Amino acid sequence: MRLPSGGQIDRTQKLSFRFDGQYYKGHPGDTLASALMANGVRLMGRSFKYHRPRGVLTAGSAEPNALVALRTGGRQEPNTRATTIELFDGLQAFSQNAWPSLRFDALAINDRLSNFLTAGFYYKTFMWPAAFWEKLYEPLIRRAAGLGAITTKPDPDAYDKGFVHCDILIIGAGPAGLMAALTAGRAGARVILADEDSRMGGQLNSERFAIADMTAPDWAAQILAELSTRPNVRLMSRTTVFGAFDHGIYGAVERVSDHLPRPAQGKPRQILWRIYSRRAILATGALERPIAFANNDRPGILNAGALRSYANRWAAAPADTVAVFTNNDDGHRTAADLMAQGITVAALIDTRADAPTLPGVECLAGAQVIDTTGRLGLNSVTVRLANGRTRKLKVGALGVSGGWNPNLALSCHQRGRPRWDDTIAAFVPTADLPPGMSVAGAAEGQFSTHAALSTGAARATQALADLGRIATPPDLPQTEDTPSRITPFWHVTGDKRAWLDFQNDVTVKDVKLAHQEGFRAVEHLKRYTTLGMATDQGKSSNMGGLAVMAELTGQSIAQTGTTIFRPPYTPVALGALAGRSTGQDFRPRRLTPSHTWATEQGAVFVEVGLWMRAQYFPRAGEKTWRETVDREVLATRASVGVCDVTTLGKIDVQGRDAAEFLNRIYCNGFAKLAVGRVRYGLMLREDGIAFDDGTAARLAEDHVVVTTTTANAVAVYRHMEFARQCLWPDMDVQLISTTEAWAQYAIAGPNSRKLLQKLVDPGFDISNDAFPFMACTEITVCNGCPARLFRISFSGELAYELAVPTRYGDALMRRIMAAGAEFDLTPYGTEALGVMRIEKGHAAGNELNGQTTALNLGMGRMVSTKKDSIGAVLSRREGLNTPDALRLVGFRPKNPKARIPAGAHLLAKGAQMLAANDQGYVTSACYSPCLQTHIAIGFLKDGAARMGESLRAVSPLTGEDIEVEIVSAHFIDPEGERLRA
Amino acid sequence: MIINHPLLGPCDAQEFIYKGDARLIDRPDGMSDGAEAAFYDYAYLRDNPAGEHRELWFHEQGDRSWLVVTRNTLTHEITSVELARDVARSRGRSA
Amino acid sequence: MRYSGFRVIKEALTGHKGWTSAWRDPDPQPHYDIVIVGGGGHGLATAYYLASQFRQHKVAVIEKGWIGGGNVGRNTTIIRSNYLLDGNEPFYEFSLKLWEGLEQDFNYNAMVSQRGILNLIHTDAQRDAYIRRGNAMILNGADAELLDVAQLKREYPFLNYDDARFPIKGGLAQRRGGTVRHDAVAWGYARGADSRGVDILQNCEVTGFRIENGQCLGVETSRGFIGAGKVGVAVAGNSSRVMAMAGMRLPIESHVLQAFVSEGLKPVIPGVITFGAGHFYCSQSDKGGLVFGGDIDGYNSYAQRGNLPVIEDVAEGGMALFPGLGRVRLLRLWGGIMDMSMDGSPIIDRTDIDGLYFNGGWCYGGFKATPASGWCFAHLLATDQPHETATAYRFDRFQRGYMIDEKGMGAQPNLH
Repeated sequence: MRLPSGGQIDRTQKLSFRFDGQYYKGHPGDTLASALMANGVRLMGRSFKYHRPRGVLTAGSAEPNALVALRTGGRQEPNTRATTIELFDGLQAFSQNAWPSLRFDALAINDRLSNFLTAGFYYKTFMWPAAFWEKLYEPLIRRAAGLGAITTKPDPDAYDKGFVHCDILIIGAGPAGLMAALTAGRAGARVILADEDSRMGGQLNSERFAIADMTAPDWAAQILAELSTRPNVRLMSRTTVFGAFDHGIYGAVERVSDHLPRPAQGKPRQILWRIYSRRAILATGALERPIAFANNDRPGILNAGALRSYANRWAAAPADTVAVFTNNDDGHRTAADLMAQGITVAALIDTRADAPTLPGVECLAGAQVIDTTGRLGLNSVTVRLANGRTRKLKVGALGVSGGWNPNLALSCHQRGRPRWDDTIAAFVPTADLPPGMSVAGAAEGQFSTHAALSTGAARATQALADLGRIATPPDLPQTEDTPSRITPFWHVTGDKRAWLDFQNDVTVKDVKLAHQEGFRAVEHLKRYTTLGMATDQGKSSNMGGLAVMAELTGQSIAQTGTTIFRPPYTPVALGALAGRSTGQDFRPRRLTPSHTWATEQGAVFVEVGLWMRAQYFPRAGEKTWRETVDREVLATRASVGVCDVTTLGKIDVQGRDAAEFLNRIYCNGFAKLAVGRVRYGLMLREDGIAFDDGTAARLAEDHVVVTTTTANAVAVYRHMEFARQCLWPDMDVQLISTTEAWAQYAIAGPNSRKLLQKLVDPGFDISNDAFPFMACTEITVCNGCPARLFRISFSGELAYELAVPTRYGDALMRRIMAAGAEFDLTPYGTEALGVMRIEKGHAAGNELNGQTTALNLGMGRMVSTKKDSIGAVLSRREGLNTPDALRLVGFRPKNPKARIPAGAHLLAKGAQMLAANDQGYVTSACYSPCLQTHIAIGFLKDGAARMGESLRAVSPLTGEDIEVEIVSAHFIDPEGERLRA
Repeated sequence: MIINHPLLGPCDAQEFIYKGDARLIDRPDGMSDGAEAAFYDYAYLRDNPAGEHRELWFHEQGDRSWLVVTRNTLTHEITSVELARDVARSRGRSA
Repeated sequence: MRYSGFRVIKEALTGHKGWTSAWRDPDPQPHYDIVIVGGGGHGLATAYYLASQFRQHKVAVIEKGWIGGGNVGRNTTIIRSNYLLDGNEPFYEFSLKLWEGLEQDFNYNAMVSQRGILNLIHTDAQRDAYIRRGNAMILNGADAELLDVAQLKREYPFLNYDDARFPIKGGLAQRRGGTVRHDAVAWGYARGADSRGVDILQNCEVTGFRIENGQCLGVETSRGFIGAGKVGVAVAGNSSRVMAMAGMRLPIESHVLQAFVSEGLKPVIPGVITFGAGHFYCSQSDKGGLVFGGDIDGYNSYAQRGNLPVIEDVAEGGMALFPGLGRVRLLRLWGGIMDMSMDGSPIIDRTDIDGLYFNGGWCYGGFKATPASGWCFAHLLATDQPHETATAYRFDRFQRGYMIDEKGMGAQPNLH
């Protein structure tokens, strides 16, 4: 029902919304929960296990019961707390975990069977017959499990990430947080004040007492008005700080658009903030905890403070006649506030024999609620009076207060353990906080408003002092400073089920069973019963469960211990954590200098790490990729082809010791590399395994250009910097990665020299004599464009690689194409590149797989024993040099048309398909258009000595079994005549 | 985490790549007697302490310095950050 | 006490009065034949198999906290045997076979659920590598299946096929892979071992080894000295700390791996899915939560917690693969200490100290290995011979050059 007056809602405006298809109206300022309550709806959900009818328990983010599916289509959002959903016009929400309807839920049968479904029952049964678990039992359990449903449609909304720095982060804008922000803000510090609520003020928005001469909400508004004028203070409402990470970094999610029907054009739904703080003040208040008693889970039974919030802040109540059940004085405040809002309080039931009285209401001191009635909503509560008699009260709602727990979740995120405080009967944070954090107000266990204000000011003053600032704390306004009196009371004894964890349906009986079966450690209790593992992560339930276990073991709660809270404080949408890195934008794209040109040619591109490379260039009439690739290979080998090889890593090595440095980095010798010459180099990891290969071109005495594979460009550079800075810090050598600085093209084929001669500026002689195989030089091309020319060949043909500064890359490709027209120059992509390198037996990524040695690769003799190079020593270990070590060989199928699957294993003819018979494996395979047969390379045990042998390449995974002959991996021009031509 | 780079000031650890124990600076001489045993120890064995750990981080998305960071593996507290090159020199490494 | 459906019904009808403690809480005896240090999954499994297979009954498991509190209680619950290398695959296949009969063996429903594991393929080179791996699995007697995109779309329609930065080109499936209720594994082994006479000593911290003349005589603990004929250490992330008390340095670093669970959802993901172009793998528990993980944070840590960059990286991987996850909420995340070895593979071996044995280096893959690890360690402890599937897991393999490096990353633990 909606109360006739009061509340921070705008009664002048009406918002229309639907819940389970039914239309309702609410006001701006409402949450879905308050609006439903105002419309007389108490039943909002069903529990997880027993499908018990459930209503709202809290007025905030700790809500375990009133979970709904919000919105529809790709925006459907399961398990959303009705208590935190800000009402907007046209809102649609649906109940969850109920079929066929919320009121009549078939699986409520579980409730009747609850005696069979006690804690951990599933560990003891469903074992026989073994096959039934997966075929029968588990599918049934899975179907019943889960709460809300997700759509499998992509989320249409955008999420952003932001980074923000401050001197002091204040988490929570209640009285403590506001006073801390005021203190720090006036002192000139950079302050961020973050609060999960749409309206800052925290508990003050739910109170009726005065601060100074204002109402509590007005006082909060006044402070906020001042803070909002300060440029050094950033107010972040609707922002949940969900995690305290290392070195003062906090994770926070700002719900930018969740209160709107959909995000405004160009706006994200949510923003993930990484907040870098020098100091943080935790001012997150306290959370009320229930008392367990028989049937304490019916719709209409709320935490007392929540009942007060609904009445004061939202002018809503679940019924016109209510009762309050408490073990502490705060329950009395609730009763008083409810009466002030015109609600009839039938009784104030206080477990304390010495309970104070409250004018205007019957106080039942020393009494307990022992049962309730009402299937879909509370009808009555039965009270056992101090004198042992029982009395039934007809009420539509019951407010329950078992006391308040400091909301200290973030104080535990770096594994600080809270300490039990007897005076408030609750856990409080210890000094073992995340570095830089302090705690103020109710979060610290200071429950009066005065204490919140004063500790807020004090923590801010201290934080400012830590940062070298002197603060003048504001004068503290007059306000309530009532002591918090409580006599701990956790559960009413009885035979019926009394709920501790409402969502997961964990009752006092379950804790007793866990105790009986030896699951007494708090973590065992939690895991065995699922206590505290619901979507509220035990905010409402852990304390009660612990207390019951302590009682059973005869230990104090302090001895029993507690579980600690882990991030996130409240659940965080994965979309927010992912930000913009979704879909095509998951990772950036690196484009080569010829990318635009290749796109114009209709190239098909392929992802190579972050690079996009042209895979092949189909021409009209070509029906398969193979047709295209065969043409590219044949044309290159017949005349000339061009390929963008910019993606290969390039590292510029300069300095007096450049050659000696490379001599230590590569396993083969480099000290004597002459200026103007290129050498192939093999790099080992320190463990003796092949790391990367490439070329090093000595352009001058003190200047060498190193290339790496595309895949390892970054790792090789890092490795070389490690060697330079950490191993040989005094070598005169400088490194810089120039991968992106130079566009580089391979020009390969018998006509490549003729083509190049058209581009190279006059005065540079690139004849075979002047510029032989493995030569390098700095030249100019196309009338003065600086360039580097390397006579190196991956294809096995007469070939060059020509590099120009990247900004000329596109132009150079167009010039090359124009110059090559007369030779029928053919651009080729990575596929043709791969075919040609397999035809030549060159190792690439599939062979340099991090498991192979120089010996395996057929380069064992390259590892110099005359010098100390990285990896040389450990490459000599016995296990890497066994007589039957794998060796790189080639394979030809007996039937040239038979494809050899890469990834096939090698078995002798007639050998059984067993690992024991495994002789090696195929790494790379292709169709060779030159040899007109499929070919492959791979590793074979003692392969170098087995040329001519017949084996089977078997791939049971793909159903292939091919007879192959072992041949040299150098299929084409094994003597290397072409590349020296 | 935040690494207080000796040249650049505080930087998010996300800009760095981690390598491991700073003892990897102490590479043995590959030409010495018993090199294989020394390299086995160097490459494979670790103190792996629960507590203060001196370790190598590379400022890959920064100035490409290798740093020796002294960090507590129980608390992640960082108590010192040095240029690895300086540390290497102080441990007797040269050219 | 034997657990069964009938027993559950009987107890329900008689007020659950008959349930007894799942394991005893005994006082330590002065001497055991075999003491296992570490009451995690591997330690408890070792004790269970020592008692059930090797007739060793004077056995104790020593745990500094509560049993099952380490990685067995904080992992992503995946079982599989999709390994490539000869040193590994027979062992993990042995483990998978033990999982398949585990519940009937130890009379505890650990919810072994073989709904399959899928590794997605995004590049041609990846396909080649997965074909090699799938073939190796089949040659070792395991199951493997190569799925094309059409099959994937039928079985996993919710994946991102149309708008992916790294398009899905296929997948390697192991249908016998799946998940297990992780805590129940520890409890089932504990209960099974206890009922066979093993003493499980909780809140008993090892503070040192008593070693005389190269022989380990027992362990010093917070509850006094406990003598032992043999001591087996299975303490995962704490391996280096514990073995340092015996003067050993290990080829192991401890790293933090974060794991994640979402709020409960109605079933949507059938088995385990592993992204091949980013760090993300995911399954859905019987309770409905999506259980997922990614890469380790990458720095040495014993803190059991990690940081935001990896959390974001995992979410990015999840969204890239499954764009419908945007509005699913992360409920809880936690960190475990991984005993990352130098080649990514474990060690089950004797040490140079007589009577002291070691089991560790499981990296982030120890959970699936639990049954075989326990069996093989029990075999080693009982017979002084390695089990036939665990002969490669030797300490000296690094010295001798017989690394078992599935990922080919070398002596860089955070890359395995």
